[in-house]
Amino acid sequence: MPINVITSGFATTIQDLGRPGYYHLGIPMGGAMDRFALRCANMLVGNDEGAAGLECVFMGPELEFTQDCTFAVTGGDLPPKLDGEVLESWTAIPVKAGQKLSFDYLRSGARAYIAFSGGIDTPLDLGSRSTYPIGALGGIDGRAVQPGDTLPLGAADGKAKTGAHIPEKLRRMPARETELRVLPGLYWHRITEASGARFFEETWKVASEADRMGYRFKGGTPLEFVDREPPFGAGSDPSNITDACYPYGSVQVPSGTEPIILHRDAVSGGGYFMIGTVISADMDLIGQLQPNVPTRFVKVDMDTALSARRDRAKALDAVRAHLA
Amino acid sequence: MAKSEIRSPLPGVFYRRPSPEEKNYKEVGDDVKAGDVVGLVEVMKTYTEVKSDADGKLTAFLAEDEDAIMPGQVIAELES
Repeated sequence: MPINVITSGFATTIQDLGRPGYYHLGIPMGGAMDRFALRCANMLVGNDEGAAGLECVFMGPELEFTQDCTFAVTGGDLPPKLDGEVLESWTAIPVKAGQKLSFDYLRSGARAYIAFSGGIDTPLDLGSRSTYPIGALGGIDGRAVQPGDTLPLGAADGKAKTGAHIPEKLRRMPARETELRVLPGLYWHRITEASGARFFEETWKVASEADRMGYRFKGGTPLEFVDREPPFGAGSDPSNITDACYPYGSVQVPSGTEPIILHRDAVSGGGYFMIGTVISADMDLIGQLQPNVPTRFVKVDMDTALSARRDRAKALDAVRAHLA
Repeated sequence: MAKSEIRSPLPGVFYRRPSPEEKNYKEVGDDVKAGDVVGLVEVMKTYTEVKSDADGKLTAFLAEDEDAIMPGQVIAELES
C-alpha cells in the first residue's frame, strides 16, 4: 500500500546513504546531502539508518497516505502539516490511511528529510535507491518525484515509537554566518600566498546555482595565480590542470572566480585545479545552505579534520543513545 | 475588501517578467485570477512560476525585479 504524491515540491528525490564503490567509473556516491538528518529521520521511525526517504529542497511535497504508518521530518526547518495541522519536526508521528501530509514555508536550512516506517521500497540500482537523475539511476525511473507517483513502503518492523523526539541540542544546523572547514591542497601551490590568505579572510555567498552536484559561491575576490607554462594536457586557463580525480568536498575555482564545492552527485574528475577540500565533518552543513547565505572558509589541518570527524561520530552516537 | 498575499515558497532571485525582452507578467492595479503567474524565481538553474492562489486586484509588489528572496517571502498583495 503506497503513498500517493499529490504535489512534488521542488526537486524532491528519493535518497538513502548512497552507492559507494563506482566513483572511479564516474558514478558518484549520491545519497542524502545531509546524511546525519536522514539517519535521524530513519531512527525516529524505527528504520535502519540507511533506509530510503525523501530529500525535499526548499519546499515540501503534498502526500496522501493509503496505509497506517509513522513518519518523521528532520533537517532544515520545514514544518510538517497533517491534514492542515502544524506538527513538530524531529518527532515520530503516527498517521492513518487517508491522512494528508503537507508543509509550511521553510524557516531555516535548505533540505528536509522525510522517513516513513518501513522505508521507501523502490528498486535498488547498484545497491542503492538514491536518485541520480543525470545517470537515470535509483528513485522512480531514475528521476525526481512527480505528482501522480506512488511511493511503495517496505514492511515496518514495529520498532517505531510514537512521539520519539530528537531535542535541539542533539541536532546540527548551520549558523547564520556559516563556517566551512577546508583542508588546503592538492593544488594550493597554483595561487599566490596573498591570494590564498584572502580566500580564507573574505566572506562568500552561496550562489543560486548550488545543487546536489556542486555548491557555488560568489562575492569574493578572484584568485591570483602563480605564472607557469601549462603542463602537458592542461588547458590554457591558469585554473586548468592536467585532468585529475575530484574528491567529494573538493573546492574547484574555475578561472579563479567562483569556488564550487563538489557534493554527493559530484563529477569524478576533470581539468580544474582544487584549492582544498571541505572536511567530511562539514559536508552535511553544505546541504543546509540556502542561496545568499554568507559563508567563510576556515583553514584547518589534517589533525583537526580527523578530530572533527570523531566528534561527528560521537554526535551520532548521542542520538542513538537518546532513542535507544 | 479582503487582503491576501502572494508568497514564494522558494528562495532565489525574483523576476517580474518571463524574459528580459518581454513585458512584466502583472502591474499594480491589474486584475489577478487564482492560478495567474505574477513572477518567476530562479534557483538551482531552474525557473519556477509564482502564482496567485486567489482572485483580486494587485495592490502592491513587495519584491523588486532581481531581488534575492527568502522562502515564504511576500511577493505581492491583493485586494479582493
